[in-house]
Amino acid sequence: MDINYSERIPNNVDLASDRTLQRALEHWQPEFLKWWKDLGPSDFQADDVYLRTATSVDAKGWATYGFVRMPEYRWGIFLADRDPDRRIGFGDHFGKPVWQQVPGEHRSTLRRLIVTQGDTEPASVEQQRLLGHTAPSVYDLRNLFQVNVEEGRHLWAMVYLLHAYFGRDGREEAEDLLARHSGDTNNPRILTTFNEPISDWLSFYMFTYFTDRDGKFQLKSLAESSFDPLSRTCQFMLTEEAHHMFVGDTGIARVTKRTLEVMKELRTEDPDAIRLAGAIDLPTLQKYLNFWFTASLDLFGVETSSNAASYFAGGVKGRPDEWKFEDHLAVDQTFTLETPSESGGVKAEEIPMRNAMNEVTRTEYVKDCEIGVARWNRLIQKQGYDFRLTLPSTRFHRKIGVWAGIATNVEGRVISRSECDAKQGEWLPTQSDRAYIASLMQGVTEPGKIAAWIAPPDRGVNNQPVDYEYVRLH
Amino acid sequence: MVTAEVSLASPPVTFDTAPERYRHWRLSVDGRIATLMLDVDEDGGLRPGYKLKLNSYDLGVDIEFHDALQRIRFEHPGVACVVVTSAKDRMFCAGANIYMLGTSTHAWKVNFCKFTNETRNGMEDSSRYDGLHFIAALNGTTAGGGFEIALACDEIVLVDDRSSAISLPEVPLLGVLPGTGGLTRVVDKRKVRRDIADVFCTNPDGVRADRAKAWNLVDHTAPPDGFGALVAERARTLAASSPRPADARGITLHAVERTVDDAGYHYRYVDARFDRLARMATLVVRAPREPQPETVEAIATIGDAWWPLAMARELDDALLMLRTNESELGLLVLRTEGDAEAVLAVDRTMLRLRDHWLVRETIGMLRRTFARLDVTSRSLYAIVDVNSCFAGTLYELALAADRSYMLDLTDGDESAPEIELDEFNFGLLPMVNGRSRLDIRFLGSPEAVAALRAAANRRFRASEALARGLVTVAPDDLDWEDEIRLAFEERAALSPDALTAMEASLRFAGPETLETKVFGRLSAWQNWVFIRPNATGEHGALNVFGTGSRPQFDWKRV
Repeated sequence: MDINYSERIPNNVDLASDRTLQRALEHWQPEFLKWWKDLGPSDFQADDVYLRTATSVDAKGWATYGFVRMPEYRWGIFLADRDPDRRIGFGDHFGKPVWQQVPGEHRSTLRRLIVTQGDTEPASVEQQRLLGHTAPSVYDLRNLFQVNVEEGRHLWAMVYLLHAYFGRDGREEAEDLLARHSGDTNNPRILTTFNEPISDWLSFYMFTYFTDRDGKFQLKSLAESSFDPLSRTCQFMLTEEAHHMFVGDTGIARVTKRTLEVMKELRTEDPDAIRLAGAIDLPTLQKYLNFWFTASLDLFGVETSSNAASYFAGGVKGRPDEWKFEDHLAVDQTFTLETPSESGGVKAEEIPMRNAMNEVTRTEYVKDCEIGVARWNRLIQKQGYDFRLTLPSTRFHRKIGVWAGIATNVEGRVISRSECDAKQGEWLPTQSDRAYIASLMQGVTEPGKIAAWIAPPDRGVNNQPVDYEYVRLH
Repeated sequence: MVTAEVSLASPPVTFDTAPERYRHWRLSVDGRIATLMLDVDEDGGLRPGYKLKLNSYDLGVDIEFHDALQRIRFEHPGVACVVVTSAKDRMFCAGANIYMLGTSTHAWKVNFCKFTNETRNGMEDSSRYDGLHFIAALNGTTAGGGFEIALACDEIVLVDDRSSAISLPEVPLLGVLPGTGGLTRVVDKRKVRRDIADVFCTNPDGVRADRAKAWNLVDHTAPPDGFGALVAERARTLAASSPRPADARGITLHAVERTVDDAGYHYRYVDARFDRLARMATLVVRAPREPQPETVEAIATIGDAWWPLAMARELDDALLMLRTNESELGLLVLRTEGDAEAVLAVDRTMLRLRDHWLVRETIGMLRRTFARLDVTSRSLYAIVDVNSCFAGTLYELALAADRSYMLDLTDGDESAPEIELDEFNFGLLPMVNGRSRLDIRFLGSPEAVAALRAAANRRFRASEALARGLVTVAPDDLDWEDEIRLAFEERAALSPDALTAMEASLRFAGPETLETKVFGRLSAWQNWVFIRPNATGEHGALNVFGTGSRPQFDWKRV
């Protein structure tokens, strides 16, 4: 196959002269396209979508807008510019030059980290593949596809690393990234959370706000890696990931805004009345938030982790924004962890800092999550209501870590199992909540129109009007 | 390094448990198939200081495993195939808990490995001799000791979900060896080519189903939705070839009754008496005093009170208790007491009824118990004295010993001790190398064994026993006391390490089998690696695992 590489695959890794990489991609690219057609967004593949494409990493090139059919999207390979003086920023090799090649010693660890990260990218596309049919507006439909193609590009980014640096093993792993499928009993995605379908748009906004934010923090940690190509790849992915969280942040804000409008109009806070008017009452919003926030917390892994410690020690994976920390060796430091006490309360446990890296990252993540919550609450406050959205305790509803399976209330106080079971419906979406949300999901395909449960966005994409025909449906 | 020293401060370890008390395993029986599900309780470690994450195990988990196997052998005779699997999602077993190993003394590690090895060998023993087969149903990630459990099974089925991998990551991750026969079984049992084994055993991530099958590390693979059916089908096939009876009722294994006091461990037929000053313990095994049943019905009625089974369980328990809790008693003096004829009569009953499952399992229990004695890292001296009954099965104690002393009383004395042989000494209780202890004893003169077998009346007093090579020394009554006192004192003064190594080297002459290799490699290589600074020094790989510090190796090859 003769491919004009720089045209078909925008890149800044000199693909045109890299025979090894060409050989790997010649085989993989058709497989990727097949996967995209089979498991990417259901339908809409022939429609022109107003998408941004990265054609270079500079300010001008990373967001080039235009109409494109998704299968013809130019998935590219981009690494942030190389800093020739970059030094290892943490761990036992602190201060030494970063690695341009994979050290044999860390080969399998790096491969595992890249495969695990890479697996989540196509997984989320698969999870969201049916959402296009129920988009609340053409604007939102376009955002969904933008997120999808960029997750596809993030897959490319990870595959590039596997192809370029991990030889035959890497090529096999790259194939397996397309062979595992979200929710497939026989070939499930690696992380359990990524095997659950995302069937409604409220969940989609929650996912892009909370779960993609986990992705942000994982990428930030990997951007600190001593393996320079991984670091540079992740730095560039972070610029795109920001848009995904923007979709979640503004999506939840717009839902809130619409609900407040209905509350004002009807002069009621009664959830039933709000639902009758076709909006999403704030307590239901809170329940979805509880579910997605806690499920995303699990993605950071266990609190005391030998893997995390050895990643840090080896310089393989650091803390997000490592420069913010004073001590980059973290040898004699400890971290105070809250663990369940025998008496049914909470006790403090000192653990070595290096083992606590998952928890350190999770703590930073929680702080980051608070920002959007505060913004949504300002909308509520401005309308004069007392209701406040809150993040539940990190001890609540956990499936991984020391709090897994322990009955607590949303504030994190340990309670009896029976009390916990009885209160589930107050804290987490019930069947009837989900059925109600599902009933709202009706696709709106006329530019400028919007579903009744969500407010229109404040502005359009790339300075286009809100009622722009972002997707030209055939 | 924090060390969980097994001292007087720690309560003694016992090996008592029962299915209703299991914290880590679930045993269920459905007709010919039993399922053993590993479901480790993280907080159920035998010692404080570590969490049993990811279905990893410590001695406590393995004690339950061993108990479950015993229950299946005796309480569920209808079971012909055991499916060993895990209750955790996409995780079979991560192997021995690394923090447990990292915080344990050398002795604890070695004894832990020894017990787990004996349990794995016991699975192969039951499959080979008694038709109780095993299938490992690897439903998820399987690492280290987890894969070694699988290797001890007759067949291995691995789930093919494109994620789950099997691995032996000890060398690359921990700087030690797989401690339960992993290396040996990979090349010796599964006959994986050595260069492929080399690749496998240095890859911390291991291999997934397709490659595992191609390399013969597993027998079958199946996607998750076909996994259960394939395992069930393989279990039925293996069960079909088993001589274990489909319709028999099992017996109940009651807890072994023991009294522990300062003087020792006291059981019905076995007594372990400590002499701490002399750093020795005397193990007395008694012949039955009450009449023993002679029909299968009568045997089944008294069940685990039947002398050979009760005695074997007590002896086994005493050996385990001594090993785990009394490491300074370096010399075990083996004595017997009672009527030799009573022992021989039980042997005759067992011989006559050996096709019955309960008798066969009892012989299996004796076989494995003597095998445990063979690898006991204590000096073993048998004392054939007046009132002793080293006859048939109990003479195996003397054959297992490093030396035997027999009292030579002048001819004609009624009380002169005798040694008596029967069929049990000629192959019914093989060592782990598959040969009888007599065969191995007379490796250079097989005619001596033939002559013993041909001897019309196989009763030997001291002078003839000495002449035929059945004992080491036969002092007369005037020398006796001094002779054995000196023998004990002399032995107790020698280096315990050198003795353990020497005894292990001398005990297993003749051909090697998988089991002898497993133990040989374990005691030599693994235990050597365990004490090297590269593993357990301040910056050794095992010691720093999980702390986030990197191991620092001394790069010199030794």
